[in-house]
Amino acid sequence: MREFLSVFSIGLFQNTLRTATPVVLAALGVLMTDHVGIMNIGMDGMMLCGAFFAVLGSCYLGGWLGGLVLALAVGLLLGAFFGLFVVKFKSDEYIIGVALNIFAGGLTVFLLRTIFGVAGAYSGTDALPIFGLPKINIPLIENIPILSDLLSGNTLLVYVSWILVALSYVLIYKTPLGFWLRAAGEHPESLRAAGKSPEKMKYLASILCGLFSGLAGAHLSLGYLTMFTENMSASRGFIAVACVIFGASNPPRVFLAALLFGFIDALGLRVQSFNVSSNLTSLAPYLVTVIMMVWVVWRGERKKKRLAR
Amino acid sequence: MAEREPIVRFEHISMQFPGVLANDDVSLEIYPGEVFALVGENGAGKSTLMNVLYGLNQPTSGAIHVKGKKVEKQSPSQAIAMGVGMVHQHFKLVGSFTVAQNIALCCEPKKKLGLYDFRAANDTVRHLSEEFGLEIDPTAQVNSLSVGLQQRVEILKTLHRGADVLILDEPTAVLTPQETDELFRVIRGIVRDKGMTVIIITHKLYEVMAISDRVGVMRAGKLVGLKNTSEVNERMLASMMVGREMLHAQLEKTGDTGDERIRVENLQVLSDRMLPAVQGVSLNVRAGEILGVAAIEGNGQSELIEAITGMRPVRGGEVFIDGKSVAGKTPGEIRKLGLAHIPEDRLRTGVSPAASVEDNLLAGKQRTKEFSAAGMHLKRRAVHEYARKLFSQFDIRGAGVGTAAGSLSGGNMQKVVLAREFSLGADILIISQPTRGVDIGAIEFIHKSIVEKRNAGCAILLVSADLDEVFRLSDRIITLYEGKITGHFRAGEIEKADIGYYMTGARTGSEEASR
Repeated sequence: MREFLSVFSIGLFQNTLRTATPVVLAALGVLMTDHVGIMNIGMDGMMLCGAFFAVLGSCYLGGWLGGLVLALAVGLLLGAFFGLFVVKFKSDEYIIGVALNIFAGGLTVFLLRTIFGVAGAYSGTDALPIFGLPKINIPLIENIPILSDLLSGNTLLVYVSWILVALSYVLIYKTPLGFWLRAAGEHPESLRAAGKSPEKMKYLASILCGLFSGLAGAHLSLGYLTMFTENMSASRGFIAVACVIFGASNPPRVFLAALLFGFIDALGLRVQSFNVSSNLTSLAPYLVTVIMMVWVVWRGERKKKRLAR
Repeated sequence: MAEREPIVRFEHISMQFPGVLANDDVSLEIYPGEVFALVGENGAGKSTLMNVLYGLNQPTSGAIHVKGKKVEKQSPSQAIAMGVGMVHQHFKLVGSFTVAQNIALCCEPKKKLGLYDFRAANDTVRHLSEEFGLEIDPTAQVNSLSVGLQQRVEILKTLHRGADVLILDEPTAVLTPQETDELFRVIRGIVRDKGMTVIIITHKLYEVMAISDRVGVMRAGKLVGLKNTSEVNERMLASMMVGREMLHAQLEKTGDTGDERIRVENLQVLSDRMLPAVQGVSLNVRAGEILGVAAIEGNGQSELIEAITGMRPVRGGEVFIDGKSVAGKTPGEIRKLGLAHIPEDRLRTGVSPAASVEDNLLAGKQRTKEFSAAGMHLKRRAVHEYARKLFSQFDIRGAGVGTAAGSLSGGNMQKVVLAREFSLGADILIISQPTRGVDIGAIEFIHKSIVEKRNAGCAILLVSADLDEVFRLSDRIITLYEGKITGHFRAGEIEKADIGYYMTGARTGSEEASR
């Protein structure tokens, strides 16, 4: 029993934060599009692109900052591309999302082989190293025993993701722009009648989504790991979509949903040391996703019944 | 009044849509501080003319002057800037926002750092609502408001943008009689106290008489009449609208009532929101009679019809067609028992808007020997012939049987539904809101067709929000209030003026009996 309890060490919570962060960043992107009435299931592919170009930038543009900038630029491009097809050409957002996922898988594998000349994974060589994101120690907190392990010494984007959760919340619920975004999603004609273009709002959200996907990818390949492997997003983009639905597109709630996912993922990793098959433990996050979705439906039904009374 | 400077002047406005001349050389002057009613059948061009004023349509020729200035480039924002506001038939409101957030949309007050100043928005709306006497809670979520209050939010929105010319497009179509009275009180208030000018589009003539100072009648894109309301009556307006005297011709009812065809016993049905909508309704309909259901929208009549036709599960009680229970039967199986249904919402359940008129007319018959080989291959030529026949027989006006049903006007779309359902050979008819949003000419045709079916021995259950219609067609009338039957009358037993009491639950049949 004591052995089992040792699973719940400080390391577990460190891992929770680490694994949750890419999902948090991706989910913030997905929730932006969700508010304007678009469901972006292409987030997984966009993230994967972000991860690849972050490594590329880190190698060739002299460091992590170059990687971050390149990942953001590619994210912006993909977001604009997504917006162009969904808003301008009125294509089905799910089909464009699926297309983005397939495209990203192929593109990153192709570029990995042609640029780095390797198959499967690239983790840097002496001649061409990958510079990872810096770890940041927070003064004061780094001297407090347990808190320092948790809150200090994480990579840059972990802190950025927390700030972005707060900023997204303020943007969506406390600024006029947020109201225009939501109006564009819920009743576009009302926004148009009031004198703003819902299409512009949808473009804006798509581009924001792209930028977030760049951050999520960069964290994956420069923060969480310092390497790029084929298909390394591992469906985190889809889990982000689930978190957005679970958290009703409200940034703090989506953040909590992502933390829950991170916790389960980290728990699975820890349990592996007790001779539990890794095939089984790696199932955990997806199982949680399914349970989350069931809960969302169940809650909706219950709300309906409560109204009936 | 003629000496005054007009606030809006239409100069020879023509509006050409593909295939339709919607406005044909219309010249009209609107004066400040008046309530101007614009009436006409559906498709007469009333809304088009107002959309031109509001900048949603660019006129093919002609010009508009607002407050003496020529409008150069029409657009809604230009119209708003010149003080013209419009409340559309379908509200443009964000349901999850509060009243104030909707009114302030795109002109939000800001605090430091560009944050939304909610308090200022609420205060503004509160002041506005006091100033104009339009009571509303600025912090209420729009979703939670009744349709009447939502309309009030729309009116406040235009006032907030500084409109002094207010266009209302069929504002009473969605309102209960009480809400309509309230709206009229508001209109009189803003005209009297604030000197606003109100243009109201409608095709309910008694409303024209009740609210307007002047009235313009449109027919086929032309302005055919322009009168002071005090100089006209409903009958005159109606004949101007349709171009001939035809309203309220007596419908000849013949034949005897026969066997009971529909019997409903203690029926209980839930609404979409899982609330009890029909609470213990019992009724019967015999061959050769029309049973009319009079009720204000939302009192269970829609759910009642859906339960009878198998489109909504029955929670308690039973429905019998010719003595056989229809419990557990699908709508298709119930139709096979000889039942035809004209649903209340023709766009959603009446027709397939994207399919052609021809395919819509065929629907339900596509597997018959007449129209398909072995129930598989459609005999297109036979279908075409059949559709052409119904098209002319039911006087459907449109570009032909090949056009999409959704592109027809409301009245013609309804005729498509009527043509299909009346030619099934069914002798039990469930008819819901047959003439909602339908112009007078088509109403006359539809009423005649329904009575012909009655005289031929069909059993007909008719639900309508239009009391004139219920009274004109029914042999017996029941009133529904909150899902219960509150009154049961034979034709001629009750006056239109009295039935309102039963429809609003003011007195119920049982109370009456116990007195």
